[in-house]
Amino acid sequence: MTDLLFAGDSPREQANGSTTQTADPLSHYVSDAPFDPYAIERMTPAQERFYMASEWRMVWWKLRRHRIAVLSGVILLTMYISILFSEFLAPYDLDARNTDFIYAPPQRVRVFDKGQLVRPFVYGYNYRLDMNNLERIYMPIPDKPEPIRFFCRSGTYRFWGVFESDLHLICPAHGGQLFLAGTDRLGRDLLSRMIYGARISLTIGLLGVAVSFTLGVLIGGIAGYYGGWTDILVQRGIEVIQSFPHLPLWMALSAILPVSWSPILVYIGITLILGMIEWTHLARAVRSKLLSLREEDFCTAAVLMGARPARIVGRHLLPSFMSHLIASATLMIPGMILGETALSFLGLGLRPPMTSWGVLLNEAQNINVVALYPWLMLPVTCIIVTVLAFNFFGDGLRDAADPYH
Amino acid sequence: MLSYLVHRILIMIPTLIAISIVIFAIINLPPGDYFSTYITELQSSGEAADLAKIAFLKAQYGFDRPLWEQYIFWAGGLLHGDMGYSFAYNLPVNQVVGDRLLMTFIVSFATILFTYFVAFPIGVYSATHQYSWTDHVLTLLGFLGLATPSFLLALVLLYFGNVYFGISIGGLMDPKYVNRPWSFGKVVSVSAHLWIPVIVIGTAGTASMIRRLRANLLDELQKQYVVTARAKGLHPLRLLFKYPLRMALNPFISDIGSLLPHVISGAAIVSVVMSLPTTGPMLLEALRSQDMYLAGSFLMFLAFLTVIGVFISDIALAILDPRIRLQAGRRR
Repeated sequence: MTDLLFAGDSPREQANGSTTQTADPLSHYVSDAPFDPYAIERMTPAQERFYMASEWRMVWWKLRRHRIAVLSGVILLTMYISILFSEFLAPYDLDARNTDFIYAPPQRVRVFDKGQLVRPFVYGYNYRLDMNNLERIYMPIPDKPEPIRFFCRSGTYRFWGVFESDLHLICPAHGGQLFLAGTDRLGRDLLSRMIYGARISLTIGLLGVAVSFTLGVLIGGIAGYYGGWTDILVQRGIEVIQSFPHLPLWMALSAILPVSWSPILVYIGITLILGMIEWTHLARAVRSKLLSLREEDFCTAAVLMGARPARIVGRHLLPSFMSHLIASATLMIPGMILGETALSFLGLGLRPPMTSWGVLLNEAQNINVVALYPWLMLPVTCIIVTVLAFNFFGDGLRDAADPYH
Repeated sequence: MLSYLVHRILIMIPTLIAISIVIFAIINLPPGDYFSTYITELQSSGEAADLAKIAFLKAQYGFDRPLWEQYIFWAGGLLHGDMGYSFAYNLPVNQVVGDRLLMTFIVSFATILFTYFVAFPIGVYSATHQYSWTDHVLTLLGFLGLATPSFLLALVLLYFGNVYFGISIGGLMDPKYVNRPWSFGKVVSVSAHLWIPVIVIGTAGTASMIRRLRANLLDELQKQYVVTARAKGLHPLRLLFKYPLRMALNPFISDIGSLLPHVISGAAIVSVVMSLPTTGPMLLEALRSQDMYLAGSFLMFLAFLTVIGVFISDIALAILDPRIRLQAGRRR
C-alpha cells in the first residue's frame, strides 16, 4: 500500500526537482507501465493461494486441523480399501469349515518362544470332549509352536468370483491352524468371516445413503423450490414417515421380502428399505435452505435468463450448501449400518449365504454364547469402530462444511 | 393456547389416518392371505380343513370384500378397540396381546425418565466444564453408547446381572409372578427387572441428548447477557439456572418427538433379546409367520404411541415458550 503511494508521488517530485530539463514545471506525465486495475489488490503467491482457494479446498484445510476426524477418515478409507481385497486378506475362505475345531477359542499371537524372540507364532490346540459337561475343551500345546506364514499360498479362492488364486496375506503353518478370532459352530474361522462381512456391512450403509440422498434432494428440492401446496403435501408426508418408529417399520418391510428371492435381491431390497425411510431429515434440510435461497438475486437472475427449475436448483442453489448435505449424509451412515445389523441379528435382514457383521452376530443370539463362547461377539468391535469413525468423521466434516465462518 | 391445542389436534387426525393407510398397505403387501397358506398347509399334512370356520372368519373379517372396504372395516374396528383376529393364535388380537401394551408403555416411559435424569446433569456438567478431563471421558462414553448395538449390550448386561445380582434371565418379572394378578410383590419384581432394559434402551438416546444439551448450553453460555450477568457478580450457579439453562432446555422438551421413535425402536429389538413381555417379541413372531393383522395392530399401536408423545411434547413446549403458540396462532 505504502509502496504504491510513493510510486504515485515520485513522478511529480522528479518533475519539480529537475528544472534543467524543461521549462514547464507541470509536464504531462504518462506512465509506461501497462495498466493493471488490480495493482492495488496484488497479493503475494501465498496470499493468493489462500484467498483464491475453492470452497472444497478450504473445507479440506479446515477438516485437516480436526485430528480425530482425519484419523477416523483414514480408518474408514483403510476399511473400504480392504473390502476390495477381502479374499487376499482373509486367512481362510468364507465357508471353509474346520470340522475338528468347532467353537475353538481365539489363539494368541506370541513372539517369545522359550525366552527367545522368534517370528510370530501360535500354539496348536489339543482337543478333548469333556463327557461330564459335554463341553469342548481346547488346550494350547506349548511344545508345538506353529509359525504364521506371510504372503503365502494356502486354500484357493476365486478373486471377486473372476480368477483363481491362492495367495493370502497370512496363512496358518503347514498342517497347523490359525484362528485369531476363534471359530463358530461349524468350525469356520471368525476373523476371515469378519473380513468378508465388511464387504456387505460397509457397502450397505453407503448404498442406503445414496438412495436417501437422491430421494432427499429430489423431494426436498421440489418442495422447497415450488413451495405452496407441494410443500405442504411433502411436509405432511415427512411427518407421517417420521412418526413411525424406524426399526419396527424396517422389520415389517423386510419381513415382506419374499423368501424365494436370491441373496443379491434381498441385499438390494434391504438397502432400499433402509434408504427409503431415512431421507426425511435431508429433505427437510434441503427444503428450508431452498426456501430462503430462492429469494436471492442470483436465483432471480437465473429465472429471468430462462433457466429451467431443474437447472436452477441443481446448478445454482444446491452447490451453495452441498458440503452441509454431504456432512449430514455421512452422519446418517452409522444409523443404517446399525439398522442392517439389528435386522440381520433378528433374522429378518440378510440371509446366511450373504455374510454381514449382523449375520455373524446372529450366532450370538442367546445368553449361552456370552457365557461359553464370548468370542462370537467379536464382530461387534468392527461395528463399533466403523460407527464411531463415521460419527467423528461426520462431525469434523460438519464443522468444516462452512469454511467461511 | 386453546386455539393452538385445537390446531394441533386437527393436524394429528390426518396424520393418524395416513399412518393407518400405510400400515394397512403393509399388511396387504405379501402375496396371498393367511387363509390360503393355512389351507394349503393343512392339506399338505393330510388334515381336512375346517372350511366352514374359515368361511365364517373370512366373512366376519371381510376378506371377501374389496380392499378399501376391508380397510374401513379394519380402521373402524381399531377405533372401538377391536384390533382384528390373530390367525396364528386363533384368537382375537385383543386377547393375545394381554397386558403387553401396558408393559410396552411402562418400559418406554421408564426409559424416557431415565434418559432425562441421566442426560440432564451430565449435559450441564460437560457444558460448564468444557474440554475438562471429565468432559472428554463423558463425551467418549456417549459416543460409545451411540455406537454399540443395543441388543449386544442387553445380552452382556443380562449375563452380568444374573452372575452378580442373581436376577432371573429374561422376562420383566420373576417367573413365579407371570400370569398372576398385580400385587405388591409383582411390582417390586418388575422394578428389579426393569433397570437392565431401561439402561440398554436408554443408552443411545441419553448419549445423543447429552450431546445436544451440551451444544445448546455452550451456545447460550457465550452470549452477551451471560457475560453481563457475570460482570454484575451474579452467583455462577444462580446465573446458570436462571438464564442460559432455561434457554437451552427448549430443545430438551421438543426432542421427545425424535427420542420416542428411537426408544420404541430400541425397545422392540431389546425386548426380543431379553424376551420381555412387551410388543417387540410378538411383533417379530407375527412378522415371521405373516400373521399380518397382529403385526399391523402392533405397528399401529407403536406409531400411535409416537404420535401422542410428539403431541404431548408440542403442548408442553407451547406452555413453556409463548413464542411458539403465538407464531402458531398467527399462522391460522
